[in-house]
Order: sequence, then C-alpha cells, then structure tokens
Amino acid sequence: MQALYAQLLVGLINGSFYALLSLGLAVIFGMLNIINFAHGALYMMGAFVAYFLLNNDYLSIGYWPALIIAPIVVGIFGMILERTMLQWLTGLDHLYGLLLTFGMALIIQGVFQNYFGSSGLPYAIPDQLKGGMNLGFMFLPIYRGWVVVFSLVVCLATWFLIEKTQLGAYLRAATENPTLVRAFGINVPRMITLTYGLGVGLAALAGVLSAPINQVRPLMGADLIIVVFAVVVIGGMGSIMGSIITGFALGVIEGLTKYFYPEASNTVVFVLMVLVLLVKPTGLTGRAA
Amino acid sequence: MKTRSIASFLLGTALSLTAVSAACAQDKTVKIGALSDQSGLYADLGGPGSTLAAQMAVEDSGLAAKGWKIDIISGDHQNKPDIGTAIARQWFDVDKVDVIVDVPNSGVALAVNNVVKEKNGVYINSGAATSDLTNAQCSPNTVHWTYDTYMLAHTTGQALVKAGGDTWFFLTADYAFGAALERDTTAVVLANGGKVVSGVKHPLNTPDFSSFLLQAQSSKAKVIGLANAGGDTTNTIKQAAEFGIAKGSQKLAALLLFLTDVKALGLETAQGLNFTETFYWDMNDQTRAFSKRFAAKMKNGAPPTMVQAGVYSGLRHYFKALEALGGNPHDGVKVVEKMKSMPTEDDLFGKGEIQPNGRTIHNAYLFEVKKPSESKAPWDFYKLVGTVPGDQAFTPLSESKCALLKK
Repeated sequence: MQALYAQLLVGLINGSFYALLSLGLAVIFGMLNIINFAHGALYMMGAFVAYFLLNNDYLSIGYWPALIIAPIVVGIFGMILERTMLQWLTGLDHLYGLLLTFGMALIIQGVFQNYFGSSGLPYAIPDQLKGGMNLGFMFLPIYRGWVVVFSLVVCLATWFLIEKTQLGAYLRAATENPTLVRAFGINVPRMITLTYGLGVGLAALAGVLSAPINQVRPLMGADLIIVVFAVVVIGGMGSIMGSIITGFALGVIEGLTKYFYPEASNTVVFVLMVLVLLVKPTGLTGRAA
Repeated sequence: MKTRSIASFLLGTALSLTAVSAACAQDKTVKIGALSDQSGLYADLGGPGSTLAAQMAVEDSGLAAKGWKIDIISGDHQNKPDIGTAIARQWFDVDKVDVIVDVPNSGVALAVNNVVKEKNGVYINSGAATSDLTNAQCSPNTVHWTYDTYMLAHTTGQALVKAGGDTWFFLTADYAFGAALERDTTAVVLANGGKVVSGVKHPLNTPDFSSFLLQAQSSKAKVIGLANAGGDTTNTIKQAAEFGIAKGSQKLAALLLFLTDVKALGLETAQGLNFTETFYWDMNDQTRAFSKRFAAKMKNGAPPTMVQAGVYSGLRHYFKALEALGGNPHDGVKVVEKMKSMPTEDDLFGKGEIQPNGRTIHNAYLFEVKKPSESKAPWDFYKLVGTVPGDQAFTPLSESKCALLKK
C-alpha cells in the first residue's frame, strides 16, 4: 500500500510536465488554431538556454533567474517564428501548420544535435532544492516536490489569465471572430503573436524545470511530445482546464502502470487515447467543432 | 515466347555472374557499410563517430597506396530491427557491400546477423552487447569485437558480488540486450552465492525512472544492477542520486557505461562508479595519439568510445586478412576464417585473438570514475583499478553453445 502512495506521487510529478506542456499546446491551438509540433523542440531549447546561462565564459546565471530568462528568450524566438512564418498560414487547413511546425522541430533538433550530440549535458539541482524528505512511505526529493507545486501554480495562473481576465476575453473573442474584434480597435495579429509567445514560453519553462531531472539533450522534447499530444487529444483540443487535469491524471495513470505492469508504461497513454476517441471523439472536455 | 526470353536472360545473367566472380579473385575493391544509431540514444557512443573510425581505419591501413579501392557508406538503423535488416539487405543486394561494421543495439545486431549470414558477407560487430552473437546465435560470418554481456557480468558483476553485494535488484531495458545482460549477470550472482531478489523491465528510452527506482529502493536489495545502456543508464544514475539511493546502503551497479555517458552525467554525479571497458583513450601513448587525431575530427572534440575504437581495430584486422588473401574474394566465410587464423594486434586493444565462435579476446579493464578534483583535462574521467586478462573475461569455449564449435 505504501508503495502505491509513492507511485501516485511520482506519477503526479511526471504529470506536472505533461500538464505544463499540454497547456501550452492547448493555448496555442485554442487561440491560433495551429497544431504546434515544434513544442517539444522549444521545450528542449528552454533547457538548453538554462544550460548556456550557467555554463558560459562571461557570467554564470543560475537556476532561479533562468526560470524567468529562458521562457522569455525562447518566447521571443517563438514570436519571431510566428511573425516570419506561421502568420502566413492563418485561415489555411490545420495540416499546413502541422507540417511547418514539424519541419521546424526537425531543423531545431538537428542543429542542436549537430553541435551537442545525443547523450546530453549535465545540469545540477539548485542548492536550495537539494536533498529530500522522508514522508514515511517514500523519500521525496525536494526538487520534485517543487516541480509539482510550481507547475500547478503556473497552470492555474494561465487558466485564470485566459478564462477570467479582460485580456483573456479579448483573446477568446479574437479567435471566435477576428474581424469583429479588430473593429473594436484591438490589434489582433499582435495579440496572436503574444499568445504564441506565451505558449512557447510555457514550453521553455517546462524545459528549465526538467533540466535538473533529465539530461539536457537535443531529443528530450521529441521523446515527450508524442505523449503530450496524446494528453491534449484526450483532454480535448484547445481546452485549457481539460489539458491541465488530463496532464496530471495521465501522469498518475502512467505511474501506476509502471508499478503494476512496467512493460506497458510506454503505451498506456495511447491505449487510453484510443478508448477516449472511440467513446467521445472531441476529447473529455472538448466542445463539438 | 516471353517466358523463354526471361529464361535466357536469367541464364545469361547467371553466366556473367560466374564470370565476374572468377575475375574477382584478385579484386581489390572493398565496400564498407557502417550501420549505427545515428541520431538516437546510442548515437554518441557509436553513430557518426563509428563512421569516422572506419574512415581512419581505411586511411591508416595504407591500402589505397597499394592499389585498393575502399568505399564507406553509412546508415541509420534508428534502433529498429526491421529498418536495420532492410538497410543491410539493400547494401548487399544493391550497393554490393562486403562488410558491415558497428551495429549497436542488440536487437538490431541479432537481426542483421542473420542477413549477413544469408548474404555471405562479413559482420564485424562492435556496438552490440549481447553474448548471443557468439553463443547460441553464432555465425561463420560474424566477428564480435569489442565487448559483450558475458564479459560485463564476469568483471563488474563478479567484483561487486565478491565485495559483499549478494542480493540484487535488476533494472533491465526491455529488449534483447537487457535480457542478455540480466541473464549473464544473474548467472554470476548465483554462482557466487548471491541471489536476485526481484527486478523490473523498462521500455527502451525511458525519460523517467523514479517509479522503477522506488521499487528498487523498497526491495532492500544491496545492489541495484542496471542492465541498460546509454541515455537510459545516465537517467537512472542521475535520478537515483536524486532519490538518495547513492547515499543509502544500496549500491548502483552500472554494468555498461561508456565514456560519453560519464560526460553526460558530469563527474559530480558519476564519481566513484565502477565499471568495465575494453578501451579507454588515456591508456598509453598509442591510444592517446589515436584519440587526439580522432577528437580533432569530431564536432564536439570527443575522444573515441570503446565502440568506436572497436570499429577501427576490427576493420584494421579485416584489412590485414584481405591483404593476406591477396585480394577481396567477396566471400564472407572465407575472409572471416582468415581473420580467425591470424592473431589480432593493434594500437588500441593490444594483442588478442578471434576464437572459432567469432569472439575477439582481449584484456578488459576495471575503471572507477574520478572525483571532480582528480580530473585534469576535459575528458580525463577514469582511474584504472584492475585488468582482467581476455581468457578470464570472455566466455570460455567449453561453455559456449555455438554450433561452429561442434565440427
């Protein structure tokens, strides 16, 4: 029984990465109607920016500033991508956006792999979060606990921003009817660019969070992105709360699978995806198109 | 009419083929296929570096000056046996490749083993670990150069059991390699009076090991044996440190660890790990000289791993055999027989021999990862702890189930 609690907690930790990443995807899909396949590559860039900030010849910037700087840097990079490429796809079929972002992901990964190889670079856990505490049923590394709490806060803040504030209302309106919103004097293209930047920033933030746990590797995003897409599909494309809840829930389910039948832990998410799509094709919380 | 013309065409082709192979007795062309994981979790320990090692072997052999024409092509098997065999078939059928080298990932390696045998090519495997390549699934076309699971089990594994680690929990990569390494290590543990408490099989390329590590922790086994490789091993070790396993009473046994893995872990995390390799760049003047030339050509300036070094040495020995034959007979069995009849000797692995089952025998070295304070240069990672002579490290012929031995 104790082991079960431990697995639930571990699942929650992985779930927080799924939640952060699928949240960014959901924001981008919901607001821009783009299936952002470059998300994994941008997540990886977040981790690499944190690594470069710490390991360069000039000044070594640690984990805490990196939590803010990396998402901004990668977010700006994302906004440039949106301005120079993605914006031309507005109004076209989803497939074009998917192909373009998939291509970008391959290029970004290829460039990083060319320079850094595939086995990854080390990034240490910040001193303040080192060590762990004994919860009785398990030894919880403090850093992992921090990841769960922090990502939960970020997820809820994003949800609040989009669903409950004036800015969020503009955004949602702009998705619904861009022409009308523009008639009210709101700069819709700029808002869309900023939204893409926000979604990408969330991915980069997840990248920084995961840097001390996993290796900083060019393929770290590629390994994760397919699962995250499954999460988004299960939660319902474009649903903010849906993707947060599904992210955490799937992390837990995966954790339990690792305990009861480890060999299936890679596939359980996809089995669930198939089941959900068969029963409710719009996803658990999705609205009918 | 139509069938007749096809029949005559086939006959003609067959005749011309016999003519060609007769003419090839003094043929001095060789085509090498470097098949590896070019972009996945094993790409740094083999991959482009293995292709480079093959190129250097060709250059250093000096055969070009003697009128030989040697080409190298490379392929990416993506860690998928079906892709690996498809490339191998195409190489033999279309590109007329003579020898396939490297092939990390035991699952792919065993599948390619069958293709090479069927096509009568030469197979010098350096990257794969499974001891089955020279045991139950041995082939007259195969030489297994660098290391194998039997050797890892009988060096690192045995040393740990003898040091008091008599209860084991296995974290095993769920494919041919993990299964072979777990099997061979279990045999050693049992033979030395220890026991295996339990274990867990994880999918290849798992990013998060915390669930598995918790199970290992609650098993109370003294040793957690890592029957995995590459990125999987580094992730396990890093996360084990996070969960306080390294500081507790349990000991991690990295049964297979490469130079690039230590680099990825960083010395802070990796220090003190014990493991076995058959090559390290900083062993002697010859290995240092080779590694310096190699690193200068690598994008990230990395010295060769033992897998890449094995590609180089294996090919050098292959070229020696071809020279002794006076030409390339394009007959895999014949070339491999010649390779087995000559003792191996080169700058990287020293003296050795190839056994009748295809297993290359050379020294194995027990290393310990240095503390950050002991490391003086960027890739200065290992301390030599002990040397195990080849005949003690690898499967004795009396234990081998290879059918080639029952002649």
